[in-house]
Amino acid sequence: MDAKELIARRVAREIGPGMLVNLGIGLPSLVANYVPASLAVFFQAENGVIGLGARPPEGMEDPHLTDAGGGFVSAVPGAASIDSAMSFGLIRGGHLDMTVLGGLQVDEQGQLANWKVPGMMVPGMGGAMDLVIGAARVIVAMQHSARGEAKLVRECTLPLTARRRVNLVVTDLAVIEPTDAGLVLREHAPGVSVAEIVAATDARLIIGDDIQEMIVA
Amino acid sequence: MMKGALSPEAAAKLVPDGASVMIGGFMAVGTPERMIDALVAQGVRNLTVVSNDSAMPGRGVGKLVSAGAVSRMITSHIGLNPETQALMIDGSISVELVPQGTLVERIRAGGMGLGGVLTPTGLGTEVEEGKQVVEVDGERFLLEKPLKADFSLIAAWQADYVGNLSYLLTAHNFNPMMALAGRTVIAEPNAIVPVGVIPPDMVKTPGVLVDHLLVRANTGGQPWTQKN
Repeated sequence: MDAKELIARRVAREIGPGMLVNLGIGLPSLVANYVPASLAVFFQAENGVIGLGARPPEGMEDPHLTDAGGGFVSAVPGAASIDSAMSFGLIRGGHLDMTVLGGLQVDEQGQLANWKVPGMMVPGMGGAMDLVIGAARVIVAMQHSARGEAKLVRECTLPLTARRRVNLVVTDLAVIEPTDAGLVLREHAPGVSVAEIVAATDARLIIGDDIQEMIVA
Repeated sequence: MMKGALSPEAAAKLVPDGASVMIGGFMAVGTPERMIDALVAQGVRNLTVVSNDSAMPGRGVGKLVSAGAVSRMITSHIGLNPETQALMIDGSISVELVPQGTLVERIRAGGMGLGGVLTPTGLGTEVEEGKQVVEVDGERFLLEKPLKADFSLIAAWQADYVGNLSYLLTAHNFNPMMALAGRTVIAEPNAIVPVGVIPPDMVKTPGVLVDHLLVRANTGGQPWTQKN
């Protein structure tokens, strides 16, 4: 299992029956592959669909039905199409149970930076700022490090996406919960020691006695 | 009132250099592509474009960017168009990045006669810089100002002869809001149908908002007429 699959499978376990969930583009979108249909989850894509389904068979794609990354999708029974004002009304208005987003940095206060590397890469925030402000739970799904640099940092050096504290960070090495006291290490990936996690983390971690091995869907 | 249908070339001639233009679409889904092609062919310059994203090279708004038609963008995402990013970094295009939910609400406010919107999105980030913070019942919000444009270029699924529009699936996106916020609204429908074919409950943009329709796409088939 590669790093991305591990992260996606672990995040999938956070999703409960009947939830309305928004998955960001890239790694977070993989999470849908590991959520059983029996949970009757509705996935929202902010470009305008509640009830996103898998990519249809070759030749049956509809150019009017895509996800937020522009990829072809289908829709599940009970799906609804909506315009952007309704879509972000759902997000900002507190109607979304969970969002899963990628991250560039998360700091000790649990604040996320994921939309800009000044002077290098400025993709724009898209819907990320609204999602972090509005979703009931915010989960960051990201690699623990990028090009040897820790992404869990003491203080974000990149521009913040929002001031809000995210609820959970899932990486290829660990599951970390931001709390009032700081970042608490909850789980380690199979075969990864606590010492390895600490070494790959720039932020200070609170290490309890009851750290579990990550269980994946 | 019956709308006349304009050719894309005639519609593009309405848009002068330097105009502000809202363009519907999300990653070029629900974008009026024939209208954009006509603007590129006309060689329009110095546009201010308001759109969710800059799509990608060769599609939607990306075609205007590649043609050098855009000097300013108000948008939420340019990440999938490296040309827009490069032009922004070298200063040829000025880009105002706006959170997506804020962008659509600013357009809605502009189109619905509101003085702005109060949103928590962007508080404590770069987005807050230079903006008024308003406290309502102890909660803080950013005041985001309304957006209007000289033109709104809309893509629709069906239009009828009075300009009522319907949309399909994820091709709604910004189109219904933009149809309110442009001083001149040009809609490019996939099909033009008789009045009544779009049931009143399916009309998402009432025809009173639409100034011009583009003629139907030339799909190759020609009806038999007395001329041929």
